[in-house]
Amino acid sequence: MSLLDFLRPRPKNTANIARERLRIIVAQERATRGGPDYLPLLRNELLEVIRKYVHVGTDAVQINVERSSEGEVLELSVALPEAGQATGTSG
Amino acid sequence: MTETIVITSGKGGVGKTTTSASLATGLAQRGHKTAVIDFDVGLRNLDLIMGCERRVVYDFVNVIQGEATLKQALIRDKRHENLYVLAASQTRDKDALTQEGVGRVLDELKQDGFEYIVCDSPAGIEKGAHLAMYFADRAVVVVNPEVSSVRDSDRILGLLSSKTRRAEQGEGPGPQHLLLTRYNPVRVEAGEMMSVGDVEEILGIPVLGVIPESEQVLAASNSGVPVIHDAGSIAGQAYADAVARLVGEDVAMRFLDAPKKGFFKRMFGT
Repeated sequence: MSLLDFLRPRPKNTANIARERLRIIVAQERATRGGPDYLPLLRNELLEVIRKYVHVGTDAVQINVERSSEGEVLELSVALPEAGQATGTSG
Repeated sequence: MTETIVITSGKGGVGKTTTSASLATGLAQRGHKTAVIDFDVGLRNLDLIMGCERRVVYDFVNVIQGEATLKQALIRDKRHENLYVLAASQTRDKDALTQEGVGRVLDELKQDGFEYIVCDSPAGIEKGAHLAMYFADRAVVVVNPEVSSVRDSDRILGLLSSKTRRAEQGEGPGPQHLLLTRYNPVRVEAGEMMSVGDVEEILGIPVLGVIPESEQVLAASNSGVPVIHDAGSIAGQAYADAVARLVGEDVAMRFLDAPKKGFFKRMFGT
């Protein structure tokens, strides 16, 4: 970095942004990997239904397919906002 | 004992063919009888990187379809007599490769005493890429420290653990390694590029090697001499290190840090 560089605005640390974005998307894609093709669609539709009643973020619904000798288990988890922030948009 | 290694990535342009050429050359330099096969039917390029493009008479598809023998199609490397190239067909469409045919060619190479078979996968996740990985004992996933390449690599890792012969036979995936290319330590230090550690952590498999961004890589492909031959270049040395690790040697990583600048450079820039 030279003297002149101090006059320029410093660029953001974009490597950290890349890492965080990848962490989330890779985890999401791994969870639905090998499962039926409809999982991402199912996830989105569930999200829409939940959002009718509770205001949640776009990554609030997590889907996981667990395999065991007994068969497959579809695991769903919905992260709700903390009590004070829950603002239903529909009655 | 033959080991079949697939060089794959999902994304195109990350350095699969450059890596296949250098790893195969490095294995041959260490005295192992090695074959390197181009699976990119219709977009043949390994021959150019290996510098044997004018010696291709018969190709992989000719052998599979019985139009030539394996012996006729294998091109012996000019520099190493234990290194052979099997070119992809430039004219056929990719359906010309069949699982049974690929298996037959690999078996024949094993019977001929090849110790390593390096399979250069095409980009994408279509038939050519699938067949390149199907018979592999281990996989080298080539990745650039960049979002789309990392995501595609994870997709490929998923396929490696489900769509290979090993996976189908319940043996689980063989060893998988990451090989980072176009690594720029200066940009990593500036926070502009993900580090080796970042990529390794996201993908969760061990790193076989890190190839620094280097002008010598283009110079090598320009002249059709795999960059590992350029022992004076950092990319060549980094590939030689990766080959050593591939055969089980414990070699420390190099070229991960930005070169230290002197006082004047720091004050007045490059």
